Amino acid sequence: MVTQVLPAEMRGALVRRRRKTLLGPVDLTLAGTGFTMVLGPNGAGKTTLLKALHGLERLSSGEVSWAVPDTQARLRQAYVFQSPIMLRRTVRANLEYPLQLVGVPKTERSGPIENWATKIGLKDALDRPAPRLSGGEKQKLALARALIRDPEILFLDEPCANLDGRSTREIEVLLQSAYRAGTRIVMATHDLGQARRLATDVLFLFDGKIHECGAAPECFDAPTTQEFKTFLEGGILE
Amino acid sequence: MSDIWTGLVAAFWLIVTGDADLVEITLRSLQVSLTALVIASAIALPFGTWLAIRRFRYRRTAIAVLNAFMGLPPVVVGLIVYMLLSRSGPFGVFGLLFTPTAMIIAQVIIVTPLIASITHQAMRELWAEYHDLLISLNTTPRQRIWTLIIDGRRALLTATLAGFGRAIGEVGAIMIVGGNIDHATRVLTTAIALETSKGDFALALGLGFILIALALGVNILIHTLSRTEREGRW
Amino acid sequence: MIRLIGALAASLFLTAAVQADTFKMAVTTSFNNSGLSDVLIPVIQEDTGIEVQLLIVGTGQALRLGEAGDVDAILVHSKTAEEAFVADGYGTHRREIMYNDFVFIGPAADPAGIADASSAAGALSQISSAKTPFVSRGDDSGTHKKEVSLWRSASLDPEGFADWYNAVGAGMGASLNTAAGLGAYIMSDRASWLNFENKADLALLYSGDPILFNQYTYIPLNPERHSHVKHGLAQKLEMWLISQTAQELIDGYQINGETLFTFNATE
Repeated sequence: MVTQVLPAEMRGALVRRRRKTLLGPVDLTLAGTGFTMVLGPNGAGKTTLLKALHGLERLSSGEVSWAVPDTQARLRQAYVFQSPIMLRRTVRANLEYPLQLVGVPKTERSGPIENWATKIGLKDALDRPAPRLSGGEKQKLALARALIRDPEILFLDEPCANLDGRSTREIEVLLQSAYRAGTRIVMATHDLGQARRLATDVLFLFDGKIHECGAAPECFDAPTTQEFKTFLEGGILE
Repeated sequence: MSDIWTGLVAAFWLIVTGDADLVEITLRSLQVSLTALVIASAIALPFGTWLAIRRFRYRRTAIAVLNAFMGLPPVVVGLIVYMLLSRSGPFGVFGLLFTPTAMIIAQVIIVTPLIASITHQAMRELWAEYHDLLISLNTTPRQRIWTLIIDGRRALLTATLAGFGRAIGEVGAIMIVGGNIDHATRVLTTAIALETSKGDFALALGLGFILIALALGVNILIHTLSRTEREGRW
Repeated sequence: MIRLIGALAASLFLTAAVQADTFKMAVTTSFNNSGLSDVLIPVIQEDTGIEVQLLIVGTGQALRLGEAGDVDAILVHSKTAEEAFVADGYGTHRREIMYNDFVFIGPAADPAGIADASSAAGALSQISSAKTPFVSRGDDSGTHKKEVSLWRSASLDPEGFADWYNAVGAGMGASLNTAAGLGAYIMSDRASWLNFENKADLALLYSGDPILFNQYTYIPLNPERHSHVKHGLAQKLEMWLISQTAQELIDGYQINGETLFTFNATE
């Protein structure tokens, strides 16, 4: 896939709510390829960073700019939430929804829908109501729904936080294959093992600011900041 | 107490003999109230949903005003519509006064705020649930309203049925703008009012029981058609 | 679903269509309560082809509808108000059609003893002295105006009455209901009383004083004031109302063997 929206740049991004600084100031460049893991303890601002990049969070100051105009950029992104948001419809209808939004003709929808349903192992569950799936199934569905429009960049906010081992593995497999197909991935996690398995580069966030960034696995082996070192050792940061 | 029994008996005979007048006013009641309901819903459902998703400066005031309008006294609405439609009024030329159309207009005004208010409340919750997803998928406001209405249709059904209840039992406004003219604008509620004023309580009560049965019937029918209580449905 | 909406929309427009020979007349509740209108209307349709649509309201509202031009004619029973109506140019003229009478109704035990009163004014004086409960229409109707004028003729002012005087602001039937509930005296037109179903403990105690006669008058609306009124039909209806047929129907109308109205139209 040819990447048009990247590289993306975040300059001086600041998010403040009720006098509290949730994020920033942050300067960041997202290159055209990569599987970036955003690491950090709870409350570090990982969710805020991802939402700010995607446009779900309003910046108090600073800006995010893409290689193409914002309106185009928004169409080529996707986001997976920590708690999957299911439409109160069938599995099929959930997968169909993003295609419907951009006007994909009805006849051209069933192909991608069946394709992705098979990939996530829900081919036989297409007519089941989505809200009644298990946690793992919901998250896989959310992921398939995010990928069905073939986005150039995919944001994920701790998607496996509430899932069991098997679901986690299945999701990681899907992510790896999406990455290999050319999707840029930016994923928050507090699971170090997962980070080590998947990352090509790492962003370590603490207290709303980027403390360390670099290519994996070098970053893991040689942390440069004390906070990151503590984090890697499993210590508590406050 | 015996009046209630006589009322039930009166209702029974009216139905069993297929009283022509009864059939006529019942059909007219349904015609007026259902038409008003359809029009009111067409306005209120999108508006209530829009209000739930749109943020603007005087939003809280708008919602308070909308909720207040739910309590509009129907007879006052009737008076105002009468003055508007009267020959001496601005819209007199259309000759709509004392027709079922005037009754429909009055009922639309009464019922729309009710449906909009309940819709708004239900859609707010659904919007809170869908908010991040719909924004992430880059939906237009129109797409958002449509998605919420479709996925929230069960709550919206409650809203419209509440509106129907209000309309079918309403008498103050349609009395004034309809005139309760025999064979033209007389409906169940205005007929009940007339019989009551004449002192014929038994007949009034009989008509009242029929009205209640009608409202029940419509509600049951709607619920059956939309299979709301089927096991496993949300 | 779409078809249902379409059908409803179509019926909405159809009902708004102008109907050719319909004629709107505002009449008083007492006229309708008597049951006479149910007798006359079908015959009028047969004889003249006019479909008379009755708006059954109080005299005050009937006059108001006439002033606004929302009806084509009115049939009321309040001479002073009618004369003012015509003088102000809203109606073309007054045409007296028939009269019935008012009667005094009260609890069968008659605590104020009006059964032996010598006049209507006398009966009311007795009620006022005894301070027994009394129900008044209180709605500016012909009946109400008559009642007030009777109090005045007995040199009494209803405005100053204490709690025993209940102005309910309702039609004849509803007011009779209240009187039955309170065991109170009330002035009613004879027809409404005869037709009233909920008599409870009430009885007809006094009648006959000529001042209690109640004249019903037909007033067509003035086309110079409201050009859209169906003046031609109004004249046609007037001719029928003073005709032989009308006379026979009105004089012949009875409830429980009692005649209610007396036809008194003159050419």
